[in-house]
Amino acid sequence: MSISKRFSAAVFVIASLTSIPALADWALNMPRGVTDISHKVFDMHMLAFWIMCVVAVVVFGAMFISILNHRKSKGAKAADFHESVAVEVVWTIIPFIILIVLALPAARTLIAQEDDSNAELTVKITGYQWKWQYEYPESGVSFFSSLAEESRNARRLDSGIDPNTIENYLLDVDKPLVIPVDTKVRLLLTANDVIHSWWMPEFAIKKDAIPGFINTMWTKVNETGTYRGQCTELCGRDHGFMPVVVKVVEKAEFNQWLAAQVESQDVQKQLAEAPQDTVEDAEKASAKVIAAN
Amino acid sequence: MNAAVAETDHHDHGPAPGLMRWVTTTNHKDIGTLYLWFALIMFFIGGAMALVIRSELFQPGLQIVDPQFFNSMTTMHALVMIFGVVMPAFVGLANWMLPMMVGAPDMALPRMNNWSFWILPFGFGMMLATLFMPGGAPASGWTLYPPLSLQGGMAFPFLIFSIHLLGISSIMGAINIVATIQNLRAPGMTFMKMPLFVWTWFITAYLLVAVMPVLAGAVTMLLTDKFFGTAFFTAGGGGDPVMYQHIFWFFGHPEVYILILPSFGVVSEIIPTFARKRLFGYSSMVYATASIAFLSFIVWAHHMFTVGMPLSGALFFMFATMLIAIPTGVKVFNWVATMWRGAMTFETPMLFAIGFVVMFSIGGFSGVMLALAPVDFQYHDTYFVVAHFHYVLVPGSIFAIMAAVYYWLPKWTGNMYDEKWGKIHFWVSTIFVNLLFFPMHFVGLAGMPRRIPDYAVQFADFNAIATIGAFGFGFAQLIFVYVVFKCLRGGEKATDQVWEGAHGLEWTLSSPPPYHTFTDQPIIK
Repeated sequence: MSISKRFSAAVFVIASLTSIPALADWALNMPRGVTDISHKVFDMHMLAFWIMCVVAVVVFGAMFISILNHRKSKGAKAADFHESVAVEVVWTIIPFIILIVLALPAARTLIAQEDDSNAELTVKITGYQWKWQYEYPESGVSFFSSLAEESRNARRLDSGIDPNTIENYLLDVDKPLVIPVDTKVRLLLTANDVIHSWWMPEFAIKKDAIPGFINTMWTKVNETGTYRGQCTELCGRDHGFMPVVVKVVEKAEFNQWLAAQVESQDVQKQLAEAPQDTVEDAEKASAKVIAAN
Repeated sequence: MNAAVAETDHHDHGPAPGLMRWVTTTNHKDIGTLYLWFALIMFFIGGAMALVIRSELFQPGLQIVDPQFFNSMTTMHALVMIFGVVMPAFVGLANWMLPMMVGAPDMALPRMNNWSFWILPFGFGMMLATLFMPGGAPASGWTLYPPLSLQGGMAFPFLIFSIHLLGISSIMGAINIVATIQNLRAPGMTFMKMPLFVWTWFITAYLLVAVMPVLAGAVTMLLTDKFFGTAFFTAGGGGDPVMYQHIFWFFGHPEVYILILPSFGVVSEIIPTFARKRLFGYSSMVYATASIAFLSFIVWAHHMFTVGMPLSGALFFMFATMLIAIPTGVKVFNWVATMWRGAMTFETPMLFAIGFVVMFSIGGFSGVMLALAPVDFQYHDTYFVVAHFHYVLVPGSIFAIMAAVYYWLPKWTGNMYDEKWGKIHFWVSTIFVNLLFFPMHFVGLAGMPRRIPDYAVQFADFNAIATIGAFGFGFAQLIFVYVVFKCLRGGEKATDQVWEGAHGLEWTLSSPPPYHTFTDQPIIK
């Protein structure tokens, strides 16, 4: 979209901000997500949001009634009341009660989020400037996940490529993390250089990947699909260009995929270890390895 | 004996002639003026940086700047706006008003006052010079988290030393304010008779003295990690990068209140004046301010819920953070109760004060949501946070500073400002500031991280709107400059009281006040 088109679109939106149907296509809110935790988080978010809306209506309502009626131009005479311990106590206690209403479910959700016991699968995530490494320690599979090539080309300064023509611009990788559905997966996080942060909005999980330390979080996804997020801790020049993509598949498909990874990793290992004194040797050796597999 | 005579004689002189007046001055009014002009200039520098950021974010794709320069802009924008605009502007207001409000002849330590101002231009000269250094200005965010900040080039030590200078300046300014309020109040002005602007600054000054050294310590450790082989924050040497975040935010959270408490004071002066009614709960306002200041020391880790802290830690910081909503709520309720059944008029200072109460509260609402740790995992480091803290800082602190300037400008200059243009300034600013920051809530919730130079196309429309808002808000501030200059050059003469409902010592002085005021202390009954 050109600048002028973008501008006219923006002007149109400003003009129609009051009409709800026009906003229907706009993402205004947090996704409800695809895990039990993300549903809890979403509900917590909406509860807090609506409580804040009610408080806003009451406080701003009183204020606007006052602004409309108690003005000198309408002949209002200033009253002379001030200092009331009773009133102060009331408007201290009511917010306190509201906060308790929020704090209890929040604490319960937090406790559930932190319980990473009984995981069935472990994945280690390492942040690099600027890509992610995923490792499956139980099977020895390990690979890097970087920004997909189409996005990489389009995002260059003055690339001349319209980002709108690229599918999942900046939210696509060459090799996504793959995990099975309905399985509690423990994610271990660390980093190799600076602090990164791994965020998957649809799972409602985000944690910092810190060099020299290992952080833990977990997820259990209820629906298969491809989910997208981004690095959320400023990590240098290309912080905006290291997306997080997770493919959630059926358990059987996951096992197949993992076996294939193990196999291809073995091939590469053998290739690396085969004697390669000359070019011909290397070619012969690779032919042998490939034939053997 | 002779010295005493010379001292008395000295007081009869007006300001020194020429430019040297401003270099050598020890007069609180001159120094206040210097601080305010400095803040205004920095406001436009920091604002220009914000416009670079918003221009790049106008549409997806990289069109204008390199990502590294973009990161420099976000970093420098924050440093300039916090240390160069909001803090100096409030110190300027304090300089001008505190002695006049407590009935003192000047600040308690006038020479140190001159020094604490004149450090600032040099500190910022050094900081802004990094923009022209090989490797570019610092680009690790104003929080300077290691190890990223340690990757900085030549700019890094310059930034650290400039933060040291700004810290020294702030500490000296704060000591001066404490000394003035504690020692130079007029006879009869007990603590519980002080105007609220004096009270909020008194508490703010203590916060400054408490936490600026902590920041100095944190950045010094960064410096030694980088150049002298220490490993405070490097895991490889037995250090911990998260420890930096704890130390930084132990400074950083009280700093947030340093930026907002004087605003509460300003608004608590203005609303009673234009409602022509006493502040509803003076003492509860004082206690609420003190409670906020105390709580600010025990909530720092809510900035770092995602670093992987123990469950008990997260619960503690969540509950403590939520508690802040109570004294803050008390303040907002008191302002509304003060307006209730008053006889209000809506001159520009009142408009800005009401705008402050409404939009600061919006920032407060998102603040309560952010306090909830389980949900903060979703909000953290997204544009939702950007929307939150800009709501409390721009239509919060900045609006309060604007309100204060309009409120006291007739007192300072002796001339009324142009009310029509003042009101236009308010309404244009308010419309565009919401256009700028409100859509950020939506893109943040929809998944846009902060501090990124380019974004996925689904965030495009709200970002375009925010950019339009940014340019509108930025250019609207030229109206402010116009109004200030026009007022300096002349206008309808202001009375001593200026505003019909104004009470307090500063309104007993002539407009403009003489160069030296209250050489004989007034007596408060």
